[in-house]
Amino acid sequence: MNRWLPFEWIAAVRFLREGRLQTLFIIGGIAIGVGVIVFMSAMLAGLEANFIKRVLTSQPQIQLLTPDQVARPLRNDHGVIEDAIVQRPSQRVISIDQWPKIRNQMQAMPEITAVSPTISGSALAIRGDASRAVTLSGIEPESYFTIVRVPDYIAAGEPRLTSDDIIIGIELAKDLGAVVGDKLNVQAASGANRVLTVTGLVDLGNKGVNQRAAYVALRTAQSLLGMVGGVTTIDITVQDIYAAEDIAQRIQAANLVKADSWIKTNAQFFTAVRAQETSNTLIRVFVGLSVAFGIAAVLIVSVIQRSKEIGILRAMGTSRGQIMRLFLLQGGLLGFIGSLFGAAMGAGALIYWHAVQRQADGSELFPLILERRLFLITAVLATVTGLLAATAPALRAARLDPVVAIRG
Amino acid sequence: MAEDILRLEKVCKAYNVGQPTETEVLHDIDLEVDRGEFVALIGPSGSGKSTLLNIVGLLDRPTSGRLTIKGQDTAVLGDTELTHLRGHTIGFIFQSHLLISAFTAKENVMMPLLVDRGFPSPEIEAQASRLLDQVGLAKFANHLVSNMSGGQQQRVAVARALAMNPDLVLADEPTGNLDTKSAEAVFGLMREVNRAVGTSFLLVTHNLDLARRCDRIIEVVDGRIQPDGAPLRS
Repeated sequence: MNRWLPFEWIAAVRFLREGRLQTLFIIGGIAIGVGVIVFMSAMLAGLEANFIKRVLTSQPQIQLLTPDQVARPLRNDHGVIEDAIVQRPSQRVISIDQWPKIRNQMQAMPEITAVSPTISGSALAIRGDASRAVTLSGIEPESYFTIVRVPDYIAAGEPRLTSDDIIIGIELAKDLGAVVGDKLNVQAASGANRVLTVTGLVDLGNKGVNQRAAYVALRTAQSLLGMVGGVTTIDITVQDIYAAEDIAQRIQAANLVKADSWIKTNAQFFTAVRAQETSNTLIRVFVGLSVAFGIAAVLIVSVIQRSKEIGILRAMGTSRGQIMRLFLLQGGLLGFIGSLFGAAMGAGALIYWHAVQRQADGSELFPLILERRLFLITAVLATVTGLLAATAPALRAARLDPVVAIRG
Repeated sequence: MAEDILRLEKVCKAYNVGQPTETEVLHDIDLEVDRGEFVALIGPSGSGKSTLLNIVGLLDRPTSGRLTIKGQDTAVLGDTELTHLRGHTIGFIFQSHLLISAFTAKENVMMPLLVDRGFPSPEIEAQASRLLDQVGLAKFANHLVSNMSGGQQQRVAVARALAMNPDLVLADEPTGNLDTKSAEAVFGLMREVNRAVGTSFLLVTHNLDLARRCDRIIEVVDGRIQPDGAPLRS
């Protein structure tokens, strides 16, 4: 007997060991339940992290734009009749008013990590007989590349942008039959045109985007789009990605700009994540319930099987509290041991699934995230579930009348 | 004058009190057991012997009357105090030994001490070893009780009943399931402890030969104690 363990622990462990087959089966059941929870939670966290990483490294977390241009109807003054319908004016591409001042303000905000002014507009990329409409983005590479990791997505060439360079999407390159080093004639709607050299091909993970993406230096785009010294957007990254919407609202309230956060522009993604989290929570609850009922069933059978022994323990001076603790401990131990095996099973299944399941391009489907916190929480929850499940059997055992129990 | 360990005055026990099916199984029981006395309790099946033993053993409460153990009136005690008094004053031996199968012989003997003290200790182990030696089972100390014979198991039960040095041991037909030789050994053991240590015994038995070798015989018939000197029913 271990001299460090109190009576209740010694008896609980012995009772579990004696009912070996029962114990093994219920630990197996708990382990499967815990394994499912660990596997699902870790995989979901991985998928979410992967998506967020992709979204946040291929687009700014907050984008400041010029506010919508609205038609201001005449006041309904004496003798003036206001039209019932006010037509929305066409949205001209115009520069953000006093953008250097706004940029400096943004850079001074502690929660903002990077700020980059950009200009974007439509243009035509022409090579020989082929021409394609492109979204021309004029950027300052040093600051912009810290927000959108263009260098990480370079499929060919290099992320170099001098005033005569252009980086284009891989699909656009295919359409134009262009490779790195080729010249492209870029023509704006105003008729201004410029011959630029392709320095890099970029794969941003979306076919539509890859068909239109064209990055040039900020000054090149400004002259092509006829907006010398102007910018159409200010891209921003923040420290806490989940605070992006709050920060965007604060910026919009304080400045004459429209601020869109990544949370707002990816609302569908968040709806999908919420739905998945809800279904995952439901699965966890039902798995937890079935584990709890399993533990309770095994312990109730144990109380019935051991009623004579409980009776004799009571006769020799064991208190109701001691009997209660003896059975609660068995529930807790079953939950805890089951959670250890379950965590190992879940982690094993996750590692296997991670190795087997690949994306079409051979890259991982989700990053393998095995956080210690998940295992700790699962072990604690399984132990608490075991304790709660053991409450009814433990109460039943503690309330046994020793005379009736001994008589059997 | 001898000190009484156990005293029952006008003790009655009824079941289903206040209902049409009310049944009184013990009527006005007066009984005293002195320190060091070895008393046999006999009577036909259903006469109320086991009910009386349960009341004396503080496993059940009388419907009326007064039960005192070592001068302590048990009527005023709550469940916790009764459990404590039972654990420290009374040892039990049952017909079917009721050992705990998950433990070895020595651990079973240690059990009452372990329940009382909370943790195992060298003193508890030494006490259990000494008792097992006393009942002649020293070499079976580490055997699981489920692997022992009926006689050996009952001797372990005797050792367990003595673990807390109780003032009174209640033995409910302890030899009922044993062959003559084992029964004789177990009875001899109890008598030896009684004489050596002065532990009082209240022995329920159907074996009149064993009863005659006790200090006193009390016969219960239909829930009443027969007057002294009444002839023994065979």
